[in-house]
This record gives sequence, structure tokens and C-alpha cells, in this order.
Amino acid sequence: MGKVVFKRPKSLADVPTHYCPGCPHGIVHRIIAQCIDDLGIQQRTVGIAPVGCSVLAYNYFNCDFFEASHGRAPAVATGAKRARPDLIIFAYQGDGDLASIGTAEIVHACNRGEKITVIFINNTVYGMTGGQMAPTTMPGQVTTTTPYGRDVNSIGWPIRVCELLSSLKTEAFIARVSMHSAREIVNAEKVIKKAFELQIANRCFTFVEVLSSCSTNWGMTPVEAQKWIEKEMVPYYPLGVFKSPNGDESKN
Amino acid sequence: MTTELIVAGFGGQGVLLFGKFLALSGLKEGKEVVWIPSYGPEMRGGTCNCTVVVSEDPIGSPIIDSPNTVVVMNKPSLAKFGPRVSPDGLLLINSSLIDTTSDRTDIRIETVPANDIALELGNGKAANMVALGAYVALTKVVKFDTILDVVKENFAKKKEFLDLNIRAVKKGYELAS
Amino acid sequence: MAKVLMKGNEALAEGAIRAGCKLFFGYPITPQSEIPEYLSRRLPEVGGCYLQAESEVAASNMLYGAAGVGERVFTSSSSPGISLMAEGLSYIAGAQLPVVVLNMVRGGPGLGGILPAQSDYLQATKGLGHGDFRLLVLAPSTVQEAADLIVDAFDLADKYRNPVMILGDGMLGQMMEPVEFKDRPKSKDLPPKTWAATGLVPGKKKSIINSLYLDPLELEANSWELKAKYDAMARDELRWEQFNCEGEYDVLIVAYGSMARICKTTIELLKKRGVSVGLFRPITVFPYPYKQLSDAAQKAKMVFCVEMSTGQMLDDVKIALEGSRPIHFYGRTGGIVPSPEEVLRQVERIRNGEEVDKVWER
Repeated sequence: MGKVVFKRPKSLADVPTHYCPGCPHGIVHRIIAQCIDDLGIQQRTVGIAPVGCSVLAYNYFNCDFFEASHGRAPAVATGAKRARPDLIIFAYQGDGDLASIGTAEIVHACNRGEKITVIFINNTVYGMTGGQMAPTTMPGQVTTTTPYGRDVNSIGWPIRVCELLSSLKTEAFIARVSMHSAREIVNAEKVIKKAFELQIANRCFTFVEVLSSCSTNWGMTPVEAQKWIEKEMVPYYPLGVFKSPNGDESKN
Repeated sequence: MTTELIVAGFGGQGVLLFGKFLALSGLKEGKEVVWIPSYGPEMRGGTCNCTVVVSEDPIGSPIIDSPNTVVVMNKPSLAKFGPRVSPDGLLLINSSLIDTTSDRTDIRIETVPANDIALELGNGKAANMVALGAYVALTKVVKFDTILDVVKENFAKKKEFLDLNIRAVKKGYELAS
Repeated sequence: MAKVLMKGNEALAEGAIRAGCKLFFGYPITPQSEIPEYLSRRLPEVGGCYLQAESEVAASNMLYGAAGVGERVFTSSSSPGISLMAEGLSYIAGAQLPVVVLNMVRGGPGLGGILPAQSDYLQATKGLGHGDFRLLVLAPSTVQEAADLIVDAFDLADKYRNPVMILGDGMLGQMMEPVEFKDRPKSKDLPPKTWAATGLVPGKKKSIINSLYLDPLELEANSWELKAKYDAMARDELRWEQFNCEGEYDVLIVAYGSMARICKTTIELLKKRGVSVGLFRPITVFPYPYKQLSDAAQKAKMVFCVEMSTGQMLDDVKIALEGSRPIHFYGRTGGIVPSPEEVLRQVERIRNGEEVDKVWER
């Protein structure tokens, strides 16, 4: 008998997802599920799905779940956590959901220091509605609503959420990771696990931005999309730990 | 027996507290009471007022067009509420700040120099309590001892004002009795 | 317990605590700010949580989160704030969660004013948010009734897994009256909250708090499930009051909330003039006591609907009467509260076959 070195975490449901081929959502789901398993918190974890491509995330995890309205996952998480501080609450949000319609909710949840974990998937477009401009769309990037490329003179520069949240005084764990290589994916799991550990310790608000891709709406192959993250996104959205209650910030 | 009161004055003259103490006294005596602050167009024009109803019976409307008693602490309030006293009703005027009166002949008009008395007692702010004492003496809507108890209870935590307000409500009561 | 003199807003806040609610999420707005102020002081005393949200939108979604993990939760607001809460309330209704919401109505539309009005009746009873859902709506008329109804509201919300609204107005909130908090036995017969998302423990089915049904047949089934609840409310939860309806009367006044108690004084004044007028006061305005109103109206020659709006409950009065009696309407709005005498003059006019005054036409 060989030794099992890789298997589906028990917190990840054994169902096919609706995500496009090459979409990193599945990878991030798996990472979260693995963390839940490793930390032994499945029986007290409640997830919150957003509006966007991951709207059906509640079907893909083996734990209790909410489906929130667009952008409000941090508010739903706040209500749940304040009502039941013993639960481990994580919200899973995309860039339109978190950085556009839900800007107020994420800023204030962070500023209150809610003891929750927010996983923020930044792939620069509204995926589910067909590739429209997101607040994180890169300068010059063509989307279905920026056919001439994002014009920063007209609609401003992409929002760097980690940097924005890090400016708040309240203690928090704020980090940015990426899906563009195996090495970065391994690092992402470490950082996300750290975020959950801090929540378990009831320490602070925890936030991990994940630079991700949308090969379908970007019109690229998954490999091209990974390269595009590294080449176009990482220079603008630097990776690292922006803020940490332990003072172990590390920027790449 | 139902007593309806509108007490009106400048903001800061303590007319809401006047009304509240009357309502608390009514409650203490087991009566039905309602207190409501200024509402509607009456909020216009820089006066502040509240309506209080004290009754033996369940109270319907807290909104009273023609109350059977009115207390006016400043001149604009006299102009606004003097005409609204119901026939045979009582109009109590703070003569310290109002140098005129109502020309109505179908109501009882009384005056009390509330601010002057309060100043004599050491603090003009107690004018509302002087007027309250006088009002209770004139209407007998509640017993004097009851209103005194309410004043004591409500100023229990503000010892520096307790004695002043007791003397004020007593003085007003004595003057009008 | 002895009676205490309290503002309606404070009595409602204390009532929520007496109902075992330990969570409040809200946002300040006149004329209900006494409620968050009161609860920010009181909830920590009972081991609860008061949280001032960043907006009413966020507050309504915090409600969704707290209700979804199975706890009693409350919010209060006033008209413009309730419009912002429409989002969360639609999700809450769709996901079948129990919450209690208070609307101390002020004049609108838009920013409107800060004075009492009844201009959110249609919003509360017919169309608070998107989708096929209703709130159970209770309309108290006195401070004591408000304190009693809010306790019932929590039980009804749990019973039906549906949002329950207390529909007040600025007058009820600002008014002080004696109130007694009765010690009530804890409600039995409320179903355990097995649906709550409190963790996937062995032996428990996975809980998903959700209002998304991409399959149209499933979404339709959910909508009919909601409808069945509303039908059950209409069967089992109707509340109303009749005043001076024992004997004969020419005119039946229909009014709710603060307006109804003003009309009671009108009726007392009319009695002194030898005129007998009845009052029908719905306490549940959704579900609406249509049949009970219709029955009461059959003794009258005409029905007179009085509201602090330009005519909103009037629609339900028309539905109830099905054309069987002439209906007259008198409304003041924008923060104007009609006095008993003003209503009396209108009763006299309609009894004389005249139209009501249009005092607002100046």
C-alpha cells in the first residue's frame, strides 16, 4: 500500500463545481477547506458566500453557510459573529462585491476589528455578469464595459484594498497572496491558515486578498492568465503581509 | 375629571420638565396621564411646548386644540396659546417676562412672577418650578405633597439643585394658594 | 411591577429586552434615536450586544447574520432608513428568518420631515422590498400596547420564521405614558431553530441560509411556501379593536395607530352632542382584518377612513367593503397630526352630505 499524500479535504464537498476550466476559485476553496480540516474547526465554522461567480460556494463546502446579498458579506459576518462569538466565520468575496458595492461594509468591519476572516478574490473583472469593469480592473485593461481600456483619467485608478484597509488604526491581519504559481499557491495556504488561527485566538480582523485570474473573460488560456497576473497585476498589487498584530509584516 | 395642559416657553426654560413632573405626579396618584412634546406647525417660531393630560379615565388623544389650562412662560407663547384656552379655562402667565395679558373675558387669568421669585431664591433657572407650584395650587390637579415628592425624587442625584427646586415649587404654591 | 412613565421609544426598547432579545444593529435617525441610545446603555447590562452599523443597509444584513445563527435580533429605524433596510429584509424573508423591525414613521417621500406620519403603510403592508413577500405588521396605539406588542412580535417572528414589523409613528415614539412590563411566561410551542447555521455537528443536516433558487420550480415553491405562511397569519393572527360599536352608529371611523386614539376623543366629543360614531382599529395591518371591518361597517350608513397620509390604508378599507358602503377619507400628512376637533368637523360634514374640508389647499 502506498501512502496517501493528497486527498480531498473533508470540509470540501464531493461535488462538481460550476467554475470555468482554469478558474482558481476551486484552488482557493480547497485551501480554505484544508485549513478548516487542519485546524479542526469544521463543526463550528460558518461560511458566507457573496454575489458573483462564487455565489454558489455554499454548495462546495461541507460546513454551514450563508448566501449574502451583494457586498454585504462582512455585515452578515458581523451579525453572525456578534450573535455567536464561539463560531468561526469566514466571508468569501469577489472584487465587485467587496471593493465596489460593499466598500462601506468591508471598511467598517475591518475598522471595528470584527473577529472574522475575509477572503477577497481579485481577478479584475465582474466574472458572473460577463466580464465588466471592476474597481480593480487594471489601467488600460479592456473589459466589456471598458472597450477602449480602463481610462484612469475618467474612472480613476484600481483600488488597492489591502493598502486601503491597512491605513486604519485598528489592529488587523491584512495580506495579499497570488494564484500565479505553485510556489505562491503554497504560500497562500500558509497565509490563509494564519488568518484563521488569528480568528480562533479571537485576536483581530483577518483579511487575505488573493490575486486571481479569469481566463474566460480575459480571453486567455489559463497559463497565459497566470503569466498576466504575474506580469500585470503583481507590480501594481504587491504581495505580502501588510499588517499583522504580531508585527511580522513582510512585503515582497 | 380631565385636566389638559399646554405649557410653553423658550427652549431652555424647562417647560418639558414642568410637564413631565406633572405627568409623574398624576401617575403617582394612580391617574391616567400622557405627555407629548411640541408637534406639527407649533414647532415653528422659536417656542417650545408640551401637552399633558391627566385624567381619571383612559386618555384618547394627546393632541389638544383647546386645553382647559395653559401656562405661558414667554411672550410669543402667550400670543400663540392664549387664544386656545377653552372657555372657563385657566391661563397662567409668567409676569416676569410677559408685560401684557390676554384680553379674553371668558377665562380665568392668573399671573406669577416666576423668574423674579426664582432669582430671589438664588437661580433664575428654577422659574419653571415656581410656575409648577403655582399651577398645582390653582388647578389642584394633583396634591402638593405629590408634586413635592416628584421634585425630590427627580433631583435626588443632583443635590446642588434639590434644595433650590423644593423651595421654588413651595414658593410658587404658597403665592398662588 | 409598578407602572413607570416612559417614552414610546424607550418602552419598545425595554420591551425587546423583556422578550429576550440581546442583539441590536441599527443606525441613528430621528424620531427613533432614543431606541439605540437606550439599548446602547441597557444591552451591555444584560450581556447583550448593541452595535451601531455603518448604514441601515449594513444593519439589515447584520440582522440577517444574527437571525441566521438562530438568535433573537431587533432593529429600529424611521422611514428613509427603512427604505435602505428593504434589501436585507427581502433576503431575510426569502431565507425565512425571524427578525423584529420597528418603523417610527416620519413624513416623506425623500428626506421628508421628522414629524409623525402614516405614509409608509403601503410600504409596510404591501411592498417593502423586491419579491413575493410580506411582513407581519403590528400597529400599536398606546405606549403600553407598544410594550406588549413588541414581546408578541418576537414570538410571532419565531413562529412564522418571518420578519415582523412594529409600525409606529413619531408621535407614539415621543409620547410618554405609564407602562407596566408584565412578567409573561416564556412562550412554549415555538419550534426549535434546527435550521440555524450554527455549525455542522454530527447528526445535524448542513444549514444553508439562502434566498437564491436558480431553478424556477424551486423558487416558485419557496414563494408558495411563503404565501402559505401569510395565509396562516390571516387565519390565526388577526387583531383589531372596536370602540363604541356596541349600539347603533351612522358612521364607522376606520383608523390605526396614533390616529385611532385621536379619533376616540372625537367619538367622545360627538357622544356629548348625542351623535354615536363607531371606531374600527386594525392592530394587525398585515394581515388585515377585512371581514371584521366589513361586518362592523354593515351597521353604519357610511365609513370614514382617517389617516396621516394622503390615503394608503384606504385601499384596504375599499377591499374590505367591496363597495357595500360609501367611503369618505380625510388625511393630513407631512407631519401634521389632526386634532380630535378637526376630525369631528369632518364627521359633521359627511353626515350632512358634504365633502370633507380640503384645509391643505391654501
